[in-house]
Amino acid sequence: MIDLSINIELARTILTGFIRSEIMRAGFSRAVINLSGGLDSTLACYLTAEALGGENVLALRVPYSSSSVDSLDHAQMVIEALGLQSMTIPISEMTDPLFERFPEAGPVRRGNIMARLRMIVLYDQSEAFRGLPIGTGNKTEILLGYTTLFGDSACAINPLGDLYKTQVRQLARAIGVPGVILDKAPTADLWVGQTDEGELGFTYEEVDRLLYLLVDQRFSPEECVTTGFDEKFVRNVVERVRRNHFKRILPPIAKLSNRTVGYDFLYLRDWGT
Amino acid sequence: MKLNLALAQINTRLGNIDANLAKHLELIQEAQAREADLLIFPELSLTGYVLQDLATAVAHRPTADDPVFRPLLKASQDIDLVVGFVDEDRRNRFYIAAAYLSRGQVLHVHHKVYLPTYGLFDEGRFFAWGDGVQAFDTRFGRLGILICEDFWHASPPYLLWLDGAEMLLFASASPGRGLTAEPQLESARWVEHINRAYASLFTTFVVHANRVGFEDGLNFWGGSTAFDPNGELIVKAPYNEEALILAEIDLNQLHRTRARLPLLRDERTALVMREMRRILGE
Repeated sequence: MIDLSINIELARTILTGFIRSEIMRAGFSRAVINLSGGLDSTLACYLTAEALGGENVLALRVPYSSSSVDSLDHAQMVIEALGLQSMTIPISEMTDPLFERFPEAGPVRRGNIMARLRMIVLYDQSEAFRGLPIGTGNKTEILLGYTTLFGDSACAINPLGDLYKTQVRQLARAIGVPGVILDKAPTADLWVGQTDEGELGFTYEEVDRLLYLLVDQRFSPEECVTTGFDEKFVRNVVERVRRNHFKRILPPIAKLSNRTVGYDFLYLRDWGT
Repeated sequence: MKLNLALAQINTRLGNIDANLAKHLELIQEAQAREADLLIFPELSLTGYVLQDLATAVAHRPTADDPVFRPLLKASQDIDLVVGFVDEDRRNRFYIAAAYLSRGQVLHVHHKVYLPTYGLFDEGRFFAWGDGVQAFDTRFGRLGILICEDFWHASPPYLLWLDGAEMLLFASASPGRGLTAEPQLESARWVEHINRAYASLFTTFVVHANRVGFEDGLNFWGGSTAFDPNGELIVKAPYNEEALILAEIDLNQLHRTRARLPLLRDERTALVMREMRRILGE
């Protein structure tokens, strides 16, 4: 009943077509991506390079001093494999003054600061390179809100946002992403030893199956429990999805006039193109 | 009698009528050069699909003095056309519409009857509901036009069938959705199934022109088709790319299929009426 397998060729056609179309219509022909060396940003690079040509993609390596050396090496593998343009911009010298000013800041604050500084670098290079920032967030992390608002979630277009993490893995494997990147534990790499699944408290495999029932198949939480999911796990995930909805929508505007952006001033971004 | 049918599986520019009209005129020329008799464009081919607040700004009336329809009507001197547009009626209601143009005349305008307003769709918010389903006579016989959601309901094709349509012309801007392990999206599979089914059940030609391209995150999957009265596929355009496809339609197939399978002859319309009245509690 729960089958998350996807047709690779079809996904590839639609996603590369999407990237090409939406970048060209915005008046650009190039893209910028923060490439961590993890699975999501690697797949985003593969798809974008296929859509625009590797020479039109600028991959940014934006390490912090505690970032794993493996991540940098893996990012370099991707850059070389796809013939991307690249730049390495360490963020430590930008983050550390803020960390020193607020020594009491815990890992969440520090992680958010790092993610947002990477966003600043990404958007600055977007202007310099004349390329649009490509998002790398997948459906699992968007639904769970496992992302920093205005940080790693910031982008111009997002080709991966309707693929669950396990589907990202499937597509990445088929598209030729190197095995070392496919096989390592997913991590935001914001502090040493951090892993997504360790922090979330469940595996992507488990939660993707649950989210598929809740979101795609419109099962009620009770029906998910009847299907065999642990009740506490279901409640935890449902609550996480609800609590993090603010990260998925634009900030509400207080309505005063007869026509207000977001409510009754409605146009697609592709308006006129 | 043979009919050289052409389907224009195009991408459109959202809200840019000038650009879309120019593309129509180019494709009309190309179809004519390839000796097509009838060229069908997809839903809202002159405007793009997710119009939202653009809907009222891109509306036109299908008349000889309209700047968009004037060149199209002129082009229809040599080739019959079905084009998609937003129709603003005299009382300033806005419809998703398709017009059949032939020999400089507007032979028929269909207003979309079913406006999907659920899931990713929001048509009922921006458009008025059409209120009629009618077949019409052309130089190629009696035809009927429906637009996308119209044929997700069984009754409009059924009505056209009873009204004598020998060929159902379906125009869509169908957003692709439902990615599985299958080589087609679920939306594409569904539409192909029912179009084949209508052709078989109504022993009629069923022609479907769907668009391609993207509007923000929505993709339109193309895969335009024509089925014959036996439910056999005559022609199919590729998925996800623009195409102008042509097919020779042998209209005598109607005679042969209906000689073998007299479903239309045997359809018990009086019984349908009686039962409809009972079901509706009249």
